[in-house]
Amino acid sequence: MVVALILLLVAIGSVLFHIYSPWWWTPIATNWAYIDHTINITFWITGFVFVAVIAFMAYCVFRFHHKEGRRADYNPENKKLEWWLSVGTGVGVAAMLAPGLVVWHQFVTVPADATEVEVMGQQWQWSFRLPGKDGRLGTSDVRNISSDNPMGLNRDDPLAQDDVVIENGELHLQLGKPVKILLRSVDVLHDFYVPEFRAKMDMVPGVVTYFWIKPIRTGTFDVLCAELCGAAHYQMRAKVIVDEEREYHAWLEQQKTFAELSSGNAIVKATYQAGGK
Amino acid sequence: MSAIILFLAVIALIAGWWLSQQRLTAKPWLEEGPVGQFPGGDAMTWPAAKIGLGVFLAVASALFVLFISAYSMRMNAVDWRALPVPRLLWLNTGVLVLSSVALQWSSVAARRHDAEGVMIGLLAGGASAVIFLAGQLLAWQQLNAAGYFVASNPANSFFYLLTAVHGLHLTGGLVALGRTTAKVWRSSKIADMRLSVELCTIYWHFLLLVWLVVLGLLTGWTDDFVNICRQLLS
Amino acid sequence: MVDIPYDRIADIPPAEVPEVELYHPRSWWTRYVFSQDAKVIAVQYALTASAIGLVALVLSWLMRLQLGFPGTFSFIDANQYLQFITMHGMIMVIYLLTALFLGGFGNYLIPLMVGARDMVFPYVNMLSYWVYLLAVLVLASTFFVPGGPTGAGWTLYPPQAILSGTPGQDWGIILMMSSLILFIIGFTMGGLNYVVTVLQARTRGMTLMRLPLTVWGIFTATVMALLAFPALFVASVMLLLDRLLGTSFFMPSLVEMGQLSKYGGGSPLLFQHLFWFFGHPEVYIVALPAFGIVSDLISTHARKNIFGYRMMVWAIVAIGALSFLVWAHHMYVSGMFPQFGYFFATTTLIIAIPTAIKVYNWVLTLWRGDIHLRVPMLFALGFIITFVNGGLTGLFLGNVVVDVPLSDTMFVVAHFHMVMGVAPIMVVLGAIYHWYPKVTGRMLNDALGKFHFWVTFLGAYLIFFPMHYLGLLGVPRRYFELGDAAFIPPSAHSLNAFISVVALTVGFSQMVFLFNLAWSLFKGEASGGNPWRATTLEWQTPETPPGHGNWGKELPVVYRWAYDYSVPGAGEDFIPQNQPPRATQVVQGAAS
Repeated sequence: MVVALILLLVAIGSVLFHIYSPWWWTPIATNWAYIDHTINITFWITGFVFVAVIAFMAYCVFRFHHKEGRRADYNPENKKLEWWLSVGTGVGVAAMLAPGLVVWHQFVTVPADATEVEVMGQQWQWSFRLPGKDGRLGTSDVRNISSDNPMGLNRDDPLAQDDVVIENGELHLQLGKPVKILLRSVDVLHDFYVPEFRAKMDMVPGVVTYFWIKPIRTGTFDVLCAELCGAAHYQMRAKVIVDEEREYHAWLEQQKTFAELSSGNAIVKATYQAGGK
Repeated sequence: MSAIILFLAVIALIAGWWLSQQRLTAKPWLEEGPVGQFPGGDAMTWPAAKIGLGVFLAVASALFVLFISAYSMRMNAVDWRALPVPRLLWLNTGVLVLSSVALQWSSVAARRHDAEGVMIGLLAGGASAVIFLAGQLLAWQQLNAAGYFVASNPANSFFYLLTAVHGLHLTGGLVALGRTTAKVWRSSKIADMRLSVELCTIYWHFLLLVWLVVLGLLTGWTDDFVNICRQLLS
Repeated sequence: MVDIPYDRIADIPPAEVPEVELYHPRSWWTRYVFSQDAKVIAVQYALTASAIGLVALVLSWLMRLQLGFPGTFSFIDANQYLQFITMHGMIMVIYLLTALFLGGFGNYLIPLMVGARDMVFPYVNMLSYWVYLLAVLVLASTFFVPGGPTGAGWTLYPPQAILSGTPGQDWGIILMMSSLILFIIGFTMGGLNYVVTVLQARTRGMTLMRLPLTVWGIFTATVMALLAFPALFVASVMLLLDRLLGTSFFMPSLVEMGQLSKYGGGSPLLFQHLFWFFGHPEVYIVALPAFGIVSDLISTHARKNIFGYRMMVWAIVAIGALSFLVWAHHMYVSGMFPQFGYFFATTTLIIAIPTAIKVYNWVLTLWRGDIHLRVPMLFALGFIITFVNGGLTGLFLGNVVVDVPLSDTMFVVAHFHMVMGVAPIMVVLGAIYHWYPKVTGRMLNDALGKFHFWVTFLGAYLIFFPMHYLGLLGVPRRYFELGDAAFIPPSAHSLNAFISVVALTVGFSQMVFLFNLAWSLFKGEASGGNPWRATTLEWQTPETPPGHGNWGKELPVVYRWAYDYSVPGAGEDFIPQNQPPRATQVVQGAAS
C-alpha cells in the first residue's frame, strides 16, 4: 500500500533527518548544559511517541484499508486501554516536566558570588556597563540620557562615577566567574541573545531584568537581538568575548569610567559633530 | 489578572453545573431509542433571546472584568495619582438607580398586562438613562475644566475609559429600549412585548451593577475591600 | 427501562413545526448578498476569508523569497519585510482561520448538524458577516495608506508597535487596531448565534451526547472565543488610546529617536498579559473545531464509530477550560516574575494529556476499520502527522527552561506553523472536500484532489520539519537578513533556499485546488444527498444543496448517536441519526 508506505517513510525520514542533520545547536559556552540535557530527554520521549503513533497509523492504513466485503468492527470504547494510555502519557509528561522545573530553579537562582554586568539595549545598538572598583552599579534613569551620557547614569550618584561604560564596543567576560547580567532598555523591547550561552531574557523599558551564566570556554560570540525592535532589528549586533583572567584584566584596564568620559566631554562632542551625524 | 481568573472560575462553575445536568457520562451508543426515553440533555426551553442575552452579559462582564484587571495592575505603578471623583457622579448614580427602578416597574406592569404602566416605565427608564449619560458628559467636562486631562495621569485615563465603555453599553441599550418602546406604542398586545421589556430590564440591572462596581473602583472603595479580603486570607 | 413500546413509536407526534417567522428572501439581493440564511452567510464568510487568506499566502511567498535568496530581490526592503510578516500572521490567525472555522464551518454545519432550520438570530448573524467584511476591508486598506501596514509583528507589542522606529507607525497601526476591534464586535454577534443555536435550537432527541464532535468542537471554541476576544479588545482599545491620545497604559518613559517621549510609567508587560490571555485560547479556538471536524472525517471514512466518544467530549471541554490557565507560557523570557514559570510550565504540560488522548483515539478509530482512502481521509491522516509533530514540539516550548534557548528562534516559527498553520489547514481542506458535495451538489475532482493533497502535505512537511533545526542552531526569527554571524554555517543558507523553493511550489499547487473548486461547480460529478454514506443529520436533508429552512415540512427527530457505522446486524454499514430503531432492537433494549 503506497499511502501506508509514504506515511511510514515520513516518520522514518524525520528520525533519519534528526540523526544526520548538520544543523544542530552551537557548542555551549556556559554552565547551562543542563538545558541541553533537558532538550535531549524531551527529544527521546517525544521522538518515541511520534514514531509509535505514525507507525501504528501506517499499519492500520496498510492492514485495514478498504477491500470488497470488508466490514469495520463496532467498538465504542475501551476504558482500560484509554486509562492506561492516559497514565502512560502522564508519566512521560512528568519525566519531561520534572527536570525542566529543577533546571528552571537553578536558572532563576543567582549564586551569591556572581558579579554584575549591565547590558543596555536601544534602537539599534548595545551598550555595556561594568560596576568598576566599588563593585556596585550606580543608578540610572531614562531622563538623564543625553548625547554625552547615552546610558542615562545619575551624575549625582557616587556609585556611578567609577562605572565602566562601553559604547558600541565589545563586552568581555571572565572565564569561570558567574556573572549576573542585568538587562535594561531605553526605548522598546529587546532581547540579549547569544546562542552559545543558551540563556536569554527580554529587556523591557522601565524594568531591569536579568539572567545569570558562568562562562566555561573562551571565545568570541555574536550578540543578536531576539525580540523584534523595529526596522533595523536584524542589524542590532555586538560581540561578547570570554577571556582568561589575565586578558580580561588587561582589557578592563583600558576601559574608561563614567567620570573620565564625562570630563572628556568636549572632545567627544567635537568628533560627534565632525562625524556629521 | 486575578480578577479575570476569578470571573472565569465563576463561569466555569456555572458551565460545570449545567454540564453535570446533561448526562455527559451516558454511553450514547447504548441509548438508541425514541425521544423522551432518555431524559436529560435536551435543548433548553427558554426563549432564544433570553439565553442570548445571558451569553452576551457573560461576554460584557468579561470585558469589564478585564478592564478592571488592567486597572488593578496599572495602579500599582509609582506614577498613579488618584483623581477626585466629581460629586456629580453620586447624583448620576441616583438617576441610574431610578432608571433601573422604572424598568422594573415596567416589567411588573407587563406581567399584569397593564399597557399604560409598561409605557410609563419604559419612557421614565429611557429618559433617566439619557439624563445619566448627560450627567456623565458633564462630569467629564468638570474634570477637564479642573485640569484632569485624559493623558495627564493613568488614573485619569482609566476614569475616562471606564465611564466611556459603560456609557457606550448604555447607549446600545437605549437603542434596544427605543425599539421596544416603539413596538409597545404600535401594538396593544402586551403579551408579545413582555419578553422584550423583561430583557431590557435585565440589561439595565446589569449595567447598574457594572456601574456600581466601576464607581467603587474609581472612588477607591474596592481597594479597601480587596485589602480586607487579603488580610482575611493571610 | 424502555417506556415506549415499539408499536407506539408511530404515535409520537412528528417534530412540530412551530410557526417561527422564517426569514424569506424577496429578491436576488436578499437571497445572495444581504441574506440571513446561515448557509449563504457561511459561504460569504468562507469566500471572504479565503480571499484575504490568498493575500497572506502571497505575502508568505515574498517573505520566503527574501529569506531564501537575501539580496536578490531589491523590491523587498527591511521595512516591507516586517510589514509582510505582520500582516501574514495576523491575517492567517484571525481573519482566515478563526473566521473560516467559526464563521464558515460553524454557520454551515451547526444548524444542519443539530437539526435546526437556521441560526436563532438570523439578522444578527447577517450583521456579523458585514462587520467582519468591514474589518477585512479596513485591514486591507492599510496596504494603500501612507506608511503602509504596521510592521510590529502580529503580537503588536508596545512600545515598539506605536513608535517611529517601526514601519506603519502612522496609519498602519491605527487601522490595524480598528480592524481588530471591528472583527471582535462582528465575531461576538456571530458567536452568540452559534452558542445559543447549540443550546436552544437542537431538534428533538438531539441530546448533548448525540452531537457530532464537529459541533462539540465548534461550540466549545466559540464559548472560549467569546470569553477570550474581550482581552484583545481591551488591549487594542488601550493601545489605540496610547497612540492617539498619548495616554500611558502600556508606555513607560522612553527615548524615541534621541528625544524623551511624552509617555511615562506604563507597563509593556501588561499588554503582553492581555494579549496572550487572548492569544493562547486563540490557538485552541482554531484547534478545537479542527479536532471536531477531523474526528468526523476519520469516523466516516473509516466506516467505524469514533473510538472513545465520551473521552473525546471530555477532552474537548477539559482543553477548553485549561487553555485559559496557560497564557504566560508565551512570556517565559519576557522578563515577568520568574516564579510564574513553574505554574505555567505545569499547566501547559498537563494540557498535553487530554490532547494526547484525542490523538490516540483518532488512530485507534482506524484499528480494524474499513478505511476508504478518499481525499478527505488523506487530509485527515495528514492532519494527524502534522498535528502530532507540532504538538510534540509544543512540549519543548511549554517546558519553561527548554523554551529559554528556543524562544524567538525559527524553532518557534516551525512549531506554530506545524501545529496551528499546517494542521488546521489540512482539516480545512479535508473538510472542503468532504462537504463540498453538500454545499454544491457536486463532487470535487478526485485525481486533482489527490495531487493537491500529496503536494500540500509532503511540501508543508518539508518546509517546516527542517526549519526546527535552524531554530536549534539558533537562527532568530523575524530577521530580514541573517547577515554575518559566526554560528550560522553556509549550509543553513542553502536550507533556507530549499525551504523557499518548496514553499513556492506548495503555494502554487493551491491554484490547482482553486481550479478544482471552480471547475467542479459546473462540471463535477453529481453527488446525490449522501455521497459518503454518513450518519449525521446534514447528509439527511430532503434537498441537496439544502433548501431554505433546511428540512422541508418537518424537523428531523434523532434516535441515536452520530457514529452508528458498521453496527453488527444492520444491513448497511451506517445508520443515519434520524432513522427510527427497528422493533427487534428496541425489544432487546427493553430486555437488557
